[in-house]
Amino acid sequence: MEFLNVALPKGRLGEKVYAMFEKAGFECPSIKENNRKLIFENEKVGVRYFWVKPSDVAIYVERGAADIGVAGKDILLEYEPEVYELLDLNIGKCRMAVAAPKGFKDNKNKTLKVATKFANIARDYYTKMGRDIDIIHLNGSIEIAPILGLSDVIVDIVETGTTLKENNLEVIETIVPISARFIANKTSFKFKGEQIEKLMKELSNQIEVEND
Amino acid sequence: MEINDSVLNFDEKIIFNLRSIYAKAGYSQFKMSKFEEYDMYVANKDFLISDNIITFTDTNGKLMALKPDVTLSIIKNFKEKEGFVQKLYYNENVYRVSKGTNAFKEIMQVGLECIGDLKSQDISEVILLAAKSLKSISAKSVLDISNVSLISEVLDNVDASIKGSLIKCISEKNAFELQKICKENDVDQNTVDLLKSLISLYGKPAKVIPELKKLFISDMAIEAISQFEDIAKLFEKEGLIDMLNIDFSVVNTTKYYNGMVFKGFIESIPNRVLSGGQYGKLLKKLGKSAKAIGFAVYLDQLEDLDNGGEL
Repeated sequence: MEFLNVALPKGRLGEKVYAMFEKAGFECPSIKENNRKLIFENEKVGVRYFWVKPSDVAIYVERGAADIGVAGKDILLEYEPEVYELLDLNIGKCRMAVAAPKGFKDNKNKTLKVATKFANIARDYYTKMGRDIDIIHLNGSIEIAPILGLSDVIVDIVETGTTLKENNLEVIETIVPISARFIANKTSFKFKGEQIEKLMKELSNQIEVEND
Repeated sequence: MEINDSVLNFDEKIIFNLRSIYAKAGYSQFKMSKFEEYDMYVANKDFLISDNIITFTDTNGKLMALKPDVTLSIIKNFKEKEGFVQKLYYNENVYRVSKGTNAFKEIMQVGLECIGDLKSQDISEVILLAAKSLKSISAKSVLDISNVSLISEVLDNVDASIKGSLIKCISEKNAFELQKICKENDVDQNTVDLLKSLISLYGKPAKVIPELKKLFISDMAIEAISQFEDIAKLFEKEGLIDMLNIDFSVVNTTKYYNGMVFKGFIESIPNRVLSGGQYGKLLKKLGKSAKAIGFAVYLDQLEDLDNGGEL
């Protein structure tokens, strides 16, 4: 049997996801050893896991380096990869939102300056409203952009809102709710369909249980 | 002249194999010039995979384009005659923007078009040729077929503003998102169930067709299902039934396609390597009443297969 290649997002979310996969019968004990390895295999069940940067999972899957993976809806909306989006795992929940300094008033006769990591999502959102914007693409610490006068507002992921609050910002609009999605490469789905479907079924059972 | 095939590289072998398959099936080669007038592409922009086209001004001041597509040129030159079916294949370079690099790329494309007074068996035959094309490239290949008319019919009484996102959900096999959109927009339960079954129903024709018969009863659907049956029979006869799947996640733009659409996949190539369908709506838009079906093989996707071995 061929290996099923799984791209997991590095970090807390990835660990949660692995726990779900393990429960679904795709365990790989070596992954829990504390070392710096990035690739882990379990020949017995035919699965190979690798840790990648969360925002890269969709690329690994789209390009077939991974057959399946778990990526946030934010990444899927931003990059629009050609993949199957098979399940909403209902974990890693947060939202994509517009935030601004407290008391911010949108001056509609000026171009709105938006700082974000998610240029496509921001552009889509404001195009739909017919608002003229200038996008400032940043890779991190987005919250300081409005404080320094670099931008009027930011478009970013908000989980608890603590970071915003500490930087004197507040959410003014929610764009879309985000959660972790189980995705599959289209070709892999044809050729390793049996394994993927089995995993998918097990995972969806776990989601229902958690919903109760 | 004798050619020793050891001098051919991987691409060339594939191309010659495909050309001989099409020639044997009675198709003749269509040779076109490198460029066409820009107007034609602009008018049918949605049919093209990308809107970016390389343009330049001809010596007489006309705006020309390096061709991003061959199908439109073939249709343009098609003359309608009763009972006439034109069968052409081509082997041309097209110029498109590739998604990753956002730069223009020259892509070698081989494809065929069957236009005219088409019968159901002509359509099955083209789909068989698509399967044979895949098989000639790799033994591990799969052809997914779908029917966009069936999907359009289910979406008929859905608000136009959400049709696009529902079609996208079907193409992603994204049942939960589909459910969510339907719920937010008060789509009736019957439609939701049908849409969900279009996502969950896929696989071998012998498994899918009986289920489809239970779900769809309109005249159009019966015709579509019987087309699936004809294709399955033909594949059975040719010993290719193992590579055939019915899968509604194959949705090419419903604006130009009507009826059968299909995509071909080869193991270890992440993207589709073959794509095609019936594009009757495009012909109608160009003022022709004929039916048409065709497909293209994307040779640029096949580089990863080239391991220096024998084809």
